[in-house]
Amino acid sequence: MENALDKYECVVGLEVHAQLQTSSKAYSSDPNEYDAAPNHNVSAITLGHPGTLPRFNSRTMEYALRLGIACKSDIREWNEFARKNYFYPDLPKGYQITQDTTPICTGGHIAIKPKGGAEKNIRLQRIHMEEDSGKSIHDQDPFNSLVDLNRAGVPLLEIVTEPDLRSADDAYAYLTEVRKLVRYLDVCDGNMEEGSMRCDANVSVRLKGSETFGRRVEVKNMNSMRNVRDAIEYEMKRQVELIENGETVVQETRGFDASRGITLSQRTKEAANDYRYFPEPDLQPIRIKQEMIEEVRKNLPPLPSELFDRYTKEMGLSEYDAGILTDSKPIALYFEALTQHTKNFKAAANWLMGEVKGYLNDRAMGIEDFPVAPQAIAEIIELIDTGKVSNAIAAQKIFPALTEAPDQSPKAIAESNNWIQESDDGTLKEYVQAALDKYPEKVAEYKGGKKSLVGMFMGEVMKMSRGKADPKKANQMVREMLENA
Amino acid sequence: MKAYTSFAHLQRDLAEGSVNCIQLVEHYLDRIEAHASLNAFLEVYAVEARQRAQEVDAKIKAGNGGRLAGMVIGLKDNICYQGHRLTAASKILGEFESLFSATAVERLLAEDAIIIGRLNCDEFAMGSSNENSAFGPVLNAQDTGKVPGGSSGGSAVAVQAQLCFASLGSDTGGSIRQPASFCGVVGLKPTYGRVSRHGLIAYASSFDQIGPFTHQPEDAALLLEIMAGADAYDSTAALQPVAPYTAQLKEQGPKKVAYLKNALEQPGLDQEVKERTLQTLDRLKAEGYEVTGVDFPYIDYVVPTYFVLSTAEASSNLSRYDGVHYGFRSEDASDIPSTYINTRTEGFGKEVKRRIMLGTFVLSAGYYDAYYSKAQKVRRLIRDFTLEVLQDHDFMVLPTTPHSAFELNANAQDPIAMYLEDIFTVQANLAGVPAVSVPMGNDRHDMPLGLQVLARPFEEGPMLGFSSYLMNNIFSQS
Repeated sequence: MENALDKYECVVGLEVHAQLQTSSKAYSSDPNEYDAAPNHNVSAITLGHPGTLPRFNSRTMEYALRLGIACKSDIREWNEFARKNYFYPDLPKGYQITQDTTPICTGGHIAIKPKGGAEKNIRLQRIHMEEDSGKSIHDQDPFNSLVDLNRAGVPLLEIVTEPDLRSADDAYAYLTEVRKLVRYLDVCDGNMEEGSMRCDANVSVRLKGSETFGRRVEVKNMNSMRNVRDAIEYEMKRQVELIENGETVVQETRGFDASRGITLSQRTKEAANDYRYFPEPDLQPIRIKQEMIEEVRKNLPPLPSELFDRYTKEMGLSEYDAGILTDSKPIALYFEALTQHTKNFKAAANWLMGEVKGYLNDRAMGIEDFPVAPQAIAEIIELIDTGKVSNAIAAQKIFPALTEAPDQSPKAIAESNNWIQESDDGTLKEYVQAALDKYPEKVAEYKGGKKSLVGMFMGEVMKMSRGKADPKKANQMVREMLENA
Repeated sequence: MKAYTSFAHLQRDLAEGSVNCIQLVEHYLDRIEAHASLNAFLEVYAVEARQRAQEVDAKIKAGNGGRLAGMVIGLKDNICYQGHRLTAASKILGEFESLFSATAVERLLAEDAIIIGRLNCDEFAMGSSNENSAFGPVLNAQDTGKVPGGSSGGSAVAVQAQLCFASLGSDTGGSIRQPASFCGVVGLKPTYGRVSRHGLIAYASSFDQIGPFTHQPEDAALLLEIMAGADAYDSTAALQPVAPYTAQLKEQGPKKVAYLKNALEQPGLDQEVKERTLQTLDRLKAEGYEVTGVDFPYIDYVVPTYFVLSTAEASSNLSRYDGVHYGFRSEDASDIPSTYINTRTEGFGKEVKRRIMLGTFVLSAGYYDAYYSKAQKVRRLIRDFTLEVLQDHDFMVLPTTPHSAFELNANAQDPIAMYLEDIFTVQANLAGVPAVSVPMGNDRHDMPLGLQVLARPFEEGPMLGFSSYLMNNIFSQS
């Protein structure tokens, strides 16, 4: 079987639904909140009462533009809305307002870096605006299904890829990038566990080298990135097994059962569903002017891929470091601020990923709540670079003191605690001379070839200076004076 | 009590104190009771109307009455009025009460109109005879053996029988103009988008318009002036400023009028309707009007195009009545499919179901292009043709209906015959232009006939001015 699997490759296209963080819903002024009491944010419009009409929230469009511009998609000028008709208790109007033939964005791509693979671009087919349905809850009441319409009408962007993904790892990497992107753009919190980012996968397999696609299966119900990866892996094995056994893959919708790690056939009714799309007569088409696009482009935050390139190519950081720094927007923004105050990028990266992250991790804190300003961290780096304090003093003494008293300057803290190291040549020379004078026999031994005695003299110098001697300088001076003694 | 058919007269008497709102409301309440057999009202808000009459009387006395102070109005029961039941003359809405008022209603109330009740109609505004109401047919007050037309039959009869001063209806394919014609009153369908649809139960969203029934074009102009205008709750409501219609009523002298030659050659057209229309045109010519006959190449397609598109939209608009969230739910609802199937089977009437099925069919995979898309294209042709004719002519004139009101049950078994009743009215809805039915006297059966006037979009003012001219200078001489 393992061998058979090697002959095949899987072809995956993903549909991601990103719930937008607008303050109100897509077609009403109802608040868009995740944790409101059930059926709390439901006006007559959300409830689909007779006589109500949708009112388009232009924020939805702005968010779609942010994502579309970031993905280098083509932006459509003339946007129509469409109705997708189907009956379900959590769909109060009996149709969903979406976009059918005129998605706001077409084309574009998202670059991914799959585990152990080279970077590649995943092409996007389209991004379109639509509204969410309510939630049906089947497991809280033994006799009834419950419906919560708070989510009904919340704006969504549906992001559809071309079938460009070739493995479960590709899918995982893609979702990682999408999540990063929507978070950077402040359009969606990217939380798959809470359902604010959802993903369906179209999976097929084919013999490697084949140009045609196999029959695809749509997999739903995956509420984490890991689930998506596991579901695709399972699906690939299942489909290859079917083909190897001479059976055919049925085109259907399957649900992922995370507890068992398998996919199960859902109603094949889905395939037969005729959504009867037609233009939404209650909304005027929206014209997106070039100025509007430029306005959004101008205000676009830095993108993780751009930062990554800059960190690796211009700042000389490793891909590993750049990856960690750009992984989350707040960290990246802190680093951006930090590099406004120091040009020692490597040290800035090390401090952020080392001491600062350690501090945050110990307290399960986000960098948003970190009390120390980037300028202060830059000042510590400056103190080290000018030899005023050692790395050890900075990390073990100054940094902890600074987190306790973030208003003070690191330099002031070091001075008031007498932590500024003595790199003044005259003073240092006196200490070294004193140490040499104290142990003349050891000097002789050194001269006789016992070079390791440098350490002993260093210890003596540090003792005399109460740890304030610049170790690098002291070491150098000890060697010089021993040689010349 | 005088029978008021002109609001200007009524306002003058109110100002003089020779009549007050309480008396008016009592008068109408008496008449509603006396004519209950017409079945025009589904509910009468007697207590509320009396209370509001007192408030408005106080305002009039204080000299700060609104522009509609003293106007007693009935609402077609597909228009939302906060805290009041709303049925669309269907069983499926059950005991549903609206949480809000339609924008049009809000604007009437803001000018001190008094709302006296909700009016019967065809279920979900689908019908041309008012025989499709779950609450029984409305009868024509001129001859109770005849239909009042539909779908706004109750609204037409309420004004015809003077059960209220004016009423609101809705017009998707002729539902204001056709009953106005059958009942001998003025019925106005404004330009599409002129009056907000917020609070109007949707039948076919790209056609629906709220409009008034009155005795005089002047009062239709007044009501439109107050109801019309942009509305944040309806993005299809036109942003164009509202013209001062009441100041545009003076006929500005002879104009160019077009009529559709082949419309007058339609098979089902009553000879007398044709003759009366031609006589009107002759009189206009005699008065110096330039009258031109044009051929309407798409006349055979207007009804099919209208039915494909309106039912498509309706099939989607009526999906929300599913027994889940509000209104009627079948007692045999035990799971999702039975909730939907039994609720909708029991809750909707036959005609509504017929149109939902038709609309679902034309939107289905494999049929969309053959029906829906094609009908969209034909609609564009009809619209372009209509606008082109109106480019060269100020008005287009044609009969409102092929004949006067027919007998109850005459068309009940033949939906196609019933659909063809709309042949002269659907053009204005397909094109989105304003149209009005103006009473032109009774026919040989002593039943009212109406003449229809169409105008360029947003030119309701001149159109109503011309209507007034027709009523006062042309028809009155016959």
